[in-house]
Amino acid sequence: MTDSALLHPPQSWRQYFSFSTDHKVIGVQYMVTSFTFFLIGGLLAMLIRAELLTPQLNLVSRELYNGLFTMHGTVMIFLWTIPTFVGLGNYLVPLMIGAKDMAFPVLNAIAFWILPVAGTLLLSSFFLPEGSAKSGWWSYPPLSTQLSSTQGLVNGQSLWILAMVMIGISSIMAAVNFVTTIFWMRSPGMTLFRMPIFVWTTLSAQLMQLIFLPSLTGALLLLLFDLDFGTHFFQPAEGGTPVLYQHLFWFYSHPAVYIWALPAWGVFSEVIPAFTRNPLFGYRSVAIATFSFVPITGVVWVHHMFAGATPGWMRTLFMFTTELVAVPTGIKVFAWTATIWKSKIHLDSAFLFAVGGVVMFVLAGITGVMLGALPFDLHVNNTYFIVGHFHYVVFNTIVMAYFAAIYYWFPKITGRMCSEGWGKLHFGLTFLGATLNFFPMFPLGLQGMLRRVSSYDPQYADWNMVSSLGAFLLGVSTLPFLVNVIVSCFEGPIAKDNPWHATGLEWQTSSPPPKENFDSIPTVTEPPYSYGDARYCVQDPTSRY
Amino acid sequence: MIVKLGEAIVLAIGAAAIIFISYWLGQQSYSWMPPEATLEAQKVDGLFSFLVMLGSIIFLGVLGTILHSLIFCRAKKGDFSEGHPVRSDTLLEILWTGIPTVLVLWIAIQSIHIYALLDIQGVPEVAHAAMGMKAAYAAAPAPPVKTVEVTVQQWAWIFHYPEQDVTSAELHLPVNQRVRLAMRSKDVLHGFYIPAFRLKQDIVPGTEFDLVFSPTLEGKYRLQDSQLSGTYFSLMQADVFVESPQAYQQWLDNAAQNPTPPVDLSVAEAAQPPQLLGRRWGENHSPNHLQTAHSLPLLP
Repeated sequence: MTDSALLHPPQSWRQYFSFSTDHKVIGVQYMVTSFTFFLIGGLLAMLIRAELLTPQLNLVSRELYNGLFTMHGTVMIFLWTIPTFVGLGNYLVPLMIGAKDMAFPVLNAIAFWILPVAGTLLLSSFFLPEGSAKSGWWSYPPLSTQLSSTQGLVNGQSLWILAMVMIGISSIMAAVNFVTTIFWMRSPGMTLFRMPIFVWTTLSAQLMQLIFLPSLTGALLLLLFDLDFGTHFFQPAEGGTPVLYQHLFWFYSHPAVYIWALPAWGVFSEVIPAFTRNPLFGYRSVAIATFSFVPITGVVWVHHMFAGATPGWMRTLFMFTTELVAVPTGIKVFAWTATIWKSKIHLDSAFLFAVGGVVMFVLAGITGVMLGALPFDLHVNNTYFIVGHFHYVVFNTIVMAYFAAIYYWFPKITGRMCSEGWGKLHFGLTFLGATLNFFPMFPLGLQGMLRRVSSYDPQYADWNMVSSLGAFLLGVSTLPFLVNVIVSCFEGPIAKDNPWHATGLEWQTSSPPPKENFDSIPTVTEPPYSYGDARYCVQDPTSRY
Repeated sequence: MIVKLGEAIVLAIGAAAIIFISYWLGQQSYSWMPPEATLEAQKVDGLFSFLVMLGSIIFLGVLGTILHSLIFCRAKKGDFSEGHPVRSDTLLEILWTGIPTVLVLWIAIQSIHIYALLDIQGVPEVAHAAMGMKAAYAAAPAPPVKTVEVTVQQWAWIFHYPEQDVTSAELHLPVNQRVRLAMRSKDVLHGFYIPAFRLKQDIVPGTEFDLVFSPTLEGKYRLQDSQLSGTYFSLMQADVFVESPQAYQQWLDNAAQNPTPPVDLSVAEAAQPPQLLGRRWGENHSPNHLQTAHSLPLLP
């Protein structure tokens, strides 16, 4: 490799299709790949909503419908939400802590390249004669191990399991890399309590991957043995126990919710101070609250099984732990609110997405506390109330945060500015579409409409129509985003190194950063979010706001 | 955070409005639910109303604060100076950690209280069922009166009244009497759920699950399968009738003489699969299901 290749950012698009070990290239590879899966998952969702537009079954067969929601959930969780924030973290964390790269660059590249292979394997199951996996993203046995007589070893469910295990291996590789990098590669003066909250959230989320993911991998391998090789781990008729699978599954998959959400909250914690010109209020308590999710979310998984084969004492015990999750969550929300209060707000697209995400996240949190209340959960468990609640988390919070992150860091990543007008149009359509799509799910769930049904009672028709129209609007809302980022990549105005006058080491290097990030390793001498510092307290007449 | 007098008045009015609206929403919330057809439903709705009120205060409080700032605290064009220098406030942070802790513990304790009430009236004794112990009904204050055996399988709900040896595809229950459902699944996970009863219980094959409750409102309700059970999951529904004791007895007598065999809920659709996208996926295994379904075994 020549000197110039070491010093300069990627010059050719070809590099993004190579086995690059540069964390910035890998970060972009993750984000573009996972966004492709996001679009596929979104199309599956629109098919689902098209079927639910009317009460009768009139678009897809029931088998295909079951396959659609199974694959929609799987794609959105494992191929979009988790990897896209691994990508964002990959790009940002070394910059934010003043490192040249991740600790294990080759491992980093391997972890990424597993992803498109696993994703392709998963999606290819749509073309099997009997289709993809159809038992929901939980794949509860014995339904998930029920095969027809004509299905062999290669069936939708077994491909699903193999893809999940591969993605799990990729996630563990990424987690090892992140945790090592954050603990060992911080620049001089970057103490733990000087790390930006985004680094705290990435550290916490990746530690959770390390601690909890093995449980899912183990469960899935046992499920594969049951499915294809005739073992009986989870088969009640032969003395196995399907409930054990549920415990092993949720032991990972509940903390997983926070593995998705924490980096999104990290984004809010970066974007909100930058556009309100206030230091993040209560930084230290936000950092501690962030880290507290690692132990707390490890002891709440049974609330997914409140209506299941769960003894009364276990139901009440896990209700207590579940409700306690609201406390660190509240600390974050109140900190963001206090940061916005009495500030000097710049209404750029990034901030709009962040503040819109925070407001909708409050609704997600409140419905979460409701669901934690056991007697109420017994009514709405497995209804659309749950679907509404977690879409307020995964879309209205996490995807909103993702878009905030793109508008915020786009100039750093590409060296060019996005169009504000298109960004605002994108925000308006997304906020409206998301609200129309997901809010109706609350009344539907309260009225008793169950999730995963392919046809439903006509009494639920009105809200479902609103929800479906919202879903189509949400589909349309991605178009201005795509136009904006693609055109801005090539034609956008050249970005300054720090267009938002934001704190953080990533803004102290060039846009885009050089190959090894900094001309010389920076030394950190001040706490994060020092918006009172003269370097950031500037008058910039060229700014739009 | 300095608050001036005029602002304090505005804030106080805002807070009062939020509390009023939240109280009103809490009262409204009863109407967002299906009819209350059991004693248990009333308790669940009371809890929900309380949660709606509390949640509304928090949501509107945060929303109001943010909206106020969005409207009144905008930077002048190009002004990137600091908003305010306050980085933290120990008292405020203790308050917003402490108050939510107390609130959620209160919610949890309230919920346990209500759950215990349900339990006395006998909601899920799964504790015992799931752990392989037989339900400890001796400890219950009032004996459950009536037992109905519920068997669920792909694709049927089968109700059996052991005293009269009546088997039915409909669930009939006498009003204002405690009933115990003894539920079993023959194949995969299913779930027993009647929205108007506010009760839900998964039925895991291999174990008997009991559900005890008291229907209080006569009427016709719909039982739904609440746990994904396969292709015809959406069709796994049955009619539930809560009737006066006389009407109930009449139905039982009639059913004993003219038994109505349980129906396979998938028959109509499986025999003539609708011409839809992805129909091919079902071609290979539909006949299989039909075979087992047509010979629905009656109860052992």
